[in-house]
Amino acid sequence: MVSPKGDLDMSRSPALRNSLRSVQGDKPVTLIVNLASVEYMDSSGLATLVEAMKNAKSNSTKLVLCAMNQKVKALFEIARLHHYFNIVASLDDAIGA
Amino acid sequence: MNEKPHVRLEILSNPLYLCGARELVSAVAKRLSFDEMACCQIALAVDEALCNVIRHGYDRQPDRPIWLSIFPEGTPDRPDMLRIVIEDEARQVEPNVIKSRDLDDVRPGGLGVHIINEVMDDVRYEKRGPVGMRLTMVKRVATESASGGPASCGGSESSPCPGCNHG
Repeated sequence: MVSPKGDLDMSRSPALRNSLRSVQGDKPVTLIVNLASVEYMDSSGLATLVEAMKNAKSNSTKLVLCAMNQKVKALFEIARLHHYFNIVASLDDAIGA
Repeated sequence: MNEKPHVRLEILSNPLYLCGARELVSAVAKRLSFDEMACCQIALAVDEALCNVIRHGYDRQPDRPIWLSIFPEGTPDRPDMLRIVIEDEARQVEPNVIKSRDLDDVRPGGLGVHIINEVMDDVRYEKRGPVGMRLTMVKRVATESASGGPASCGGSESSPCPGCNHG
């Protein structure tokens, strides 16, 4: 599981990208990205997660995003990416997904 | 442009300072009676615009200038709209080539222009004299009939609030 914190903008997305790449290098069966502590996200954060999803698909990893706040969820909707990702409401839901 | 902005900020093209610009415009918009959803949208648009300047205009050089100006329009305590102008000294491009990409092509990057167009009411790019670009974005105050009533920061399916740090 990867649990980024704070604002996922252009200054902080590279750190998440590195974390995701590191975890995805092990080709896990399931990867949960817990967004409960992410207050804000911009298109840099979206791009990081899209890249992770593409890597997950090529590795046959099940990528699940969970616990995003309404503001982050709205960004996914604006970018029309909410149907592309497996998004669940809570960490419990992600573990059970 | 001869009129004086009510707020003018100069920052370096370092992503580290995006948070400060977001907080500034959001706080100013809130004080000028924009609802929280609009404040979030304005902050996101400014963030995306600054990212585009840093990424594409300055090729990620962190020490180049960007100017952000805020012009409220209407009565001083109850503006009709907020005009935000972002100027730089970056490489010039023809304004008509700055377009949103096909969203069905899911790939990292290239979403900033689309997001700005979605959350702001008017968006105009132009060359800024001999050097640099100018982006003018307008956000109008939502009317009761247009917004369907007071908006919360959570937004809705039809009018999502992308998120500042309100609430």
